Amino acid sequence: MTGGRRVLILGATSAIAQAVARVYATSGARLALVARSREHLSAVAADLQVRGGEVVLQRAADLCDLARHRTLVAEAEQALEGLDVVLVAHGVLPNQQAAQEDPRRAVASWDVNFASAAALMEAAAERMVVAENGVLGVLSSVAGERGRADNYVYGAAKAALTAYASGLGHRLRGTGVTVVTIKPGPVDTPMMVGRKLNPRLVADVDVVGRRIHRALERGERVVYVPGKWRWIMAIIRALPIRIFERMRF
Amino acid sequence: MVRQRAVAETGQASGPESWGRYPRVAQEALPLAWADDPLPSGIAVLPYGMGRSYGDSCLNAEGPVLLTRGLRRFISFDADAGVLRAEAGTTLGEVTEQVLGRGWLPPVLPGTQFVTLGGAVANDIHGKNHHRAGAFGRHVRALGLRRSDGSLSTLHPGDPLFAATVAGLGLTGLVTWVEVQLERVPSGWVEQEAIRFRSLEEAEALDDASRDTYSHTVAWIDGLARGRALGRGVYFRGNLAEGPTTPPRRPKPRKVPFEAPELLLSPFLLRTFNALYDHLPRWRSRTSVWKFFHPLDALGGWNRLYGRRGFFQHQSVVPDMEGVRALLALTSTRGQGSFLSVLKRFGALSSPGMLSFPRPGWTLTVDVPNRGEETLTYLDEMDALVRTYGGAVYPAKDARMSGETFRLGYPRLDEFATFIDPGFRSRFWSRVMG
Repeated sequence: MTGGRRVLILGATSAIAQAVARVYATSGARLALVARSREHLSAVAADLQVRGGEVVLQRAADLCDLARHRTLVAEAEQALEGLDVVLVAHGVLPNQQAAQEDPRRAVASWDVNFASAAALMEAAAERMVVAENGVLGVLSSVAGERGRADNYVYGAAKAALTAYASGLGHRLRGTGVTVVTIKPGPVDTPMMVGRKLNPRLVADVDVVGRRIHRALERGERVVYVPGKWRWIMAIIRALPIRIFERMRF
Repeated sequence: MVRQRAVAETGQASGPESWGRYPRVAQEALPLAWADDPLPSGIAVLPYGMGRSYGDSCLNAEGPVLLTRGLRRFISFDADAGVLRAEAGTTLGEVTEQVLGRGWLPPVLPGTQFVTLGGAVANDIHGKNHHRAGAFGRHVRALGLRRSDGSLSTLHPGDPLFAATVAGLGLTGLVTWVEVQLERVPSGWVEQEAIRFRSLEEAEALDDASRDTYSHTVAWIDGLARGRALGRGVYFRGNLAEGPTTPPRRPKPRKVPFEAPELLLSPFLLRTFNALYDHLPRWRSRTSVWKFFHPLDALGGWNRLYGRRGFFQHQSVVPDMEGVRALLALTSTRGQGSFLSVLKRFGALSSPGMLSFPRPGWTLTVDVPNRGEETLTYLDEMDALVRTYGGAVYPAKDARMSGETFRLGYPRLDEFATFIDPGFRSRFWSRVMG
């Protein structure tokens, strides 16, 4: 069904992005990949090719270099001969303690997690609107739903990104371009190293990849992954603040 | 780099476990996402894949284990020659899923698909086709090895370090990728036959009659039968067969969501066995490679059925049936509750690894719940019999054998030890080699 899909993934070496890309590759998609490390990118590209994907473009780029965004999107569009799916997946998990003590660290993480992601979405949207086609997915997080003591530097950027994606989706209504906001809960990825989490709440990255693939293909507007997080977060958002602040999670 | 703490607040052991869930210890872990991730220095590490080793050979008492599941990318696949290269954390199930549709299968498949390529190399695993294909290491064309001195090398059969790394229990460094020669198969289906036997003599005769005509053979033995019934069981033999061209789907395992007391396990296994034994004296069927090769996966997490204290699996190889008879006799009189034992005759094809377990003879596998001291005593007696009959015990299954038992079973141990990476260590090695 997704055979021949033209897919651009920004932050293609992230564990979640790789899991999504594997599903697309298996269905014979054409892929353009952008990530920071050339070596890691070529390892991902080789894997996707073996799985049946056709990787038509690999670009090593620092996505915080906003001036490159338009070129990257244009190159990908050309190499893919169009854009059906764009997934903005890059991100970092800053050390909360260090970031709250040193504002430069916090801002650096916001540059990656919010500013560059928002700018990339605009750059991609610009091309997709011209073509009147495509799904623009962005990896936000359940951490953006309500700031918590142990990761609000990260959560603040994801909250901003969620709001941005919402606004962009609103603006693009009727253009043929769909914005999909993806909110994973904790996933078993390297980003989670060092965090104490109830293993039952940590999702398998392949399950998450398949779910995100389905959401992109269906053009679901807001997707919690796994789905139970929609209800968990609804409760957490609804908690009175005095109760919320007493909770440890 | 941040290190994952393995002990939860409750003080209960957590973090990576071995399959037998014994010993239950706190294990620190460090996930790897890329083969060039920095490794901790000044502290011994050990690669850890899917945790399907039963005892303590996949645990590290002196430092963290390196979780290799992040290294799971395919590198190349030549569908004409059947040569696949993949990162070492890729599982055999993932390989099968990838290559079966093109008419290939991993050359050696164990009872579970949830084994990484790195683990298959480190334990030089075997399967039901050992008499035809030998152990896994024979089919490895090359592998990448990263050592704690920073060196990266590509090893081939014939290199001494290759021979140390195959069956090297993860102690020679981090295997980063493996290139394996796959086996051509006509389809994803197996013609299987199950035949009842009443004694070990019958089992041996069945094997004599089957080994040249069937690529896959194994026997289940009723571990509770005594006296004249001792050695009764069911013999399975099969060949890859013509079948539908669309490969069978990889099944989703039913999960065991909780720890259960072993009393739940015994009726389950006994019923299965008795149903087979009493009602199906001889039975043929066509089954998918997934079901045929990986019967253990039908019930995901079945190890939890042995409860909190975990269990032991004892797998040994002895040169002839006399040794098997002695081991089974001991097992049946001890009432240690090994409901089902698995018996397989290894072939003569030699393994490339210095510490490879498979060797000509019969290998017997026995599961026993951990009931403390009496279980340990029984297992020591099993080891004594193995030594008497000139056999060996499989480190991948072991949590308690003595250094002497290990040494007697593995004559190339001293040679192997010279190839160990000083930055790598396992709980098994610390325990057995002191």
